[in-house]
Amino acid sequence: MALSHLAASASRSSSLLKPLSSALSLRRSISGDNSPLTVETSVPFTSHQCEAPSRSVETNPKELLTFFRDMALMRRMEIAADSLYKAKLIRGFCHLYDGQEAVAVGMEAAITKKDCIITAYRDHCTFVSRGGTLLEVFAELMGRQAGCSKGKGGSMHFYKKDSNFYGGHGIVGAQVPLGCGLAFAQKYSKDETVTFALYGDGAANQGQLFEALNISALWDLPAILVCENNHYGMGTAEWRAAKSPAYYKRGDYVPGLKVDGMDALAVKQACKFAKEHALKNGPIILEMDTYRYHGHSMSDPGSTYRTRDEISGVRQERDPIERIRKLILSHDLATEKELKDVEKEVRKEVDDAIAQAKESPMPEPSELFTNVYAKGLGVESFGADRKEVAFLREAMHDYSFLQMEKSFYALSFIAQRSHSSVGTAHPVLIYPGLYWEDSFSTKKEEACA
Amino acid sequence: MLGIVRQKMLEQSLKKIPPAVSVLRSYSSAAKQMTIRDALNSALDEEMSADSKVFLMGEEVGEYQGAYKITKGLLDKYGPERVLDTPITEAGFTGVAVGAAYYGVKPVVEFMTFNFSMQAIDHIINSAAKTNYMSSGQISVPIVFRGPNGAAAGVGAQHSQCYAAWYASCPGLKVLAPYSSEDARGLLKAAIRDPDPVVFLENELLYGESFPVSDEVLDSSFCLPIGKAKIERKGKDVTIAAYSKMVGYALKAAETLEKDGIDAEVINLRSIRPLDRSMINASVRKTNRLVTVEEAFPQHGVGAEICASIVEESFAYLDAPVERIAGADVPMPYAANLERMAVPQVEDIVRAAKRTCYRSVS
Repeated sequence: MALSHLAASASRSSSLLKPLSSALSLRRSISGDNSPLTVETSVPFTSHQCEAPSRSVETNPKELLTFFRDMALMRRMEIAADSLYKAKLIRGFCHLYDGQEAVAVGMEAAITKKDCIITAYRDHCTFVSRGGTLLEVFAELMGRQAGCSKGKGGSMHFYKKDSNFYGGHGIVGAQVPLGCGLAFAQKYSKDETVTFALYGDGAANQGQLFEALNISALWDLPAILVCENNHYGMGTAEWRAAKSPAYYKRGDYVPGLKVDGMDALAVKQACKFAKEHALKNGPIILEMDTYRYHGHSMSDPGSTYRTRDEISGVRQERDPIERIRKLILSHDLATEKELKDVEKEVRKEVDDAIAQAKESPMPEPSELFTNVYAKGLGVESFGADRKEVAFLREAMHDYSFLQMEKSFYALSFIAQRSHSSVGTAHPVLIYPGLYWEDSFSTKKEEACA
Repeated sequence: MLGIVRQKMLEQSLKKIPPAVSVLRSYSSAAKQMTIRDALNSALDEEMSADSKVFLMGEEVGEYQGAYKITKGLLDKYGPERVLDTPITEAGFTGVAVGAAYYGVKPVVEFMTFNFSMQAIDHIINSAAKTNYMSSGQISVPIVFRGPNGAAAGVGAQHSQCYAAWYASCPGLKVLAPYSSEDARGLLKAAIRDPDPVVFLENELLYGESFPVSDEVLDSSFCLPIGKAKIERKGKDVTIAAYSKMVGYALKAAETLEKDGIDAEVINLRSIRPLDRSMINASVRKTNRLVTVEEAFPQHGVGAEICASIVEESFAYLDAPVERIAGADVPMPYAANLERMAVPQVEDIVRAAKRTCYRSVS
């Protein structure tokens, strides 16, 4: 039913473009051009305490093709992460975003890198949409130096401050007050930018959300709370966790908008609207109606609390990538083969990034003690056995570590011992038991009193 | 040195004595193997069956059968009135549970990990721990807070902290940390029966491990006393005190030390608050050396408290400084090699024990 809508609007709005596109078809590249195109969202917006924006979204071929490519990349990336997890190259927690890509790309299309985004642990795709590279993603997931957090954070702790992406948080709901804090700082600094704080339907019931919302409304902060409602908080369906699953209305005195989160253009329109609103009137809630194909995490099959029919039903009817593909094809912006080629390219990109990430080494043992503090404390920081180095240095009569530079210069003595490490055949360097913090900081001079 | 060699030979000849004797020293006669998961599940089942006031509350404890399957089957058996799935709102549901306990029912609250208990810690400390005192005995709080605590595998900084020291510093709370299946069963039953708030610290990596359990342990009336530690391995050269997963590491370290002629006594603390100071002190007065082992951050930790207790009560008996093995003083890194360095390994315990014996550690 949505498709007929699209077809109708396509014939109406692109009849003028047809002669142009055919003239250019010989030179047309897959990247498209900026000629305006208007598309209707799949469903109208539902609003609470505000006037909903129009269903007609302005876009252009280039944007649509970028949406397609970016979402295909994200999809491929998440599926590759699934395989890596099963191959035990990724450990711990791994929460995958496939199905929800439209929220990440749609949001990014409406804002700039000066606006802030903060989210929870399902953060791989949001990181990429903020400019993170595939290498940084896979290397971080595998705990390597090339990772965005140098291997120290893991799946749930991706950050990219230079693009105003503030993570990556493991504790459900905590990122929302933090996001309101970012908005506070933006207003304080008079930056005319906004913050998007993303959370799930599970987190929507957290008290701290309402506390932060109250403060944001009182102080008119440019905070946009985005509920990515994928209808399940881990294994608990929304109706079992929330008395009122109309998350866009939960702000009460704070306006809200319900958006089809599987429609990237609807997401873009809503975020654009929200940004304008937040800069003028303070906080607003966006509820993105979306869906995750995977379970909550890699340790959750995702099928004990929902039926396979439901999952495949959403995949058939609402898949965000398919929607854009149909849009592109119906508007004649690319051929099916060209789109398939994009998917092949994307797959190769992902495979190359994984190969490169596998080459990246594990962090140096000395990294265990870095970045605990911004400048270091100039005091001892201990490993599991605080006396190990003290013994070793005496035994080896090696006092070179005692040379102190102007600031506290650390030298941790690293000795070799063999013990079975994760999958490597050679002995692994052990850690120093005693370490003077942050010796390699460029702020050494400042640290010295 | 020679004394140690002589003692070693004596030990070896002692070991030739029929197995029944040596088995009695460490375990009750082992009939069955039981995983920690089954031990906890059976303990919950039996206590819920025995007392209708006991109910469970937590995220995914019911329909999902438990995030770590500890509460498997209990929803089917006891129904949704006694096994309650909560929203992901720790502060809220913990407060609700403590309030219910004021009234006289007996909640067993599950935190998916104790990291999330920080969202609820005000209710654990201010609403639960202190109330019996503030009301001068009118309102006791028969509540149990349980869940996995400490480091798992590759879960990163926000999901790996050990909270034993934090909770154990608070008067009004009881804090338990089981190691074996016997501990898990006995201590959980004791916790549920206890009229005071109990923090029950499990370990995710131990859930699947099997331990021998005797018929006595399997009996539904089995219960372990709160506040008593257990000597897992008798020895006479050095005392190694540990809790939870580190007890297993300490036992492995003791095996390694034995090869070098050091006979380690391993104490499984079981109870962090109240700490079994008398047993630890008695052990140190016998061995004259102490190594404390914990996975948690070192500063102001359980090991620090034990060391203070020894210095206060048994200073003259110490032949060497107390050694503390703890987690590294950094947030838990994700990378596998860094994570391994951030938690104690068996070699660390062996090295520390050797240091107390003034032995070369190479």
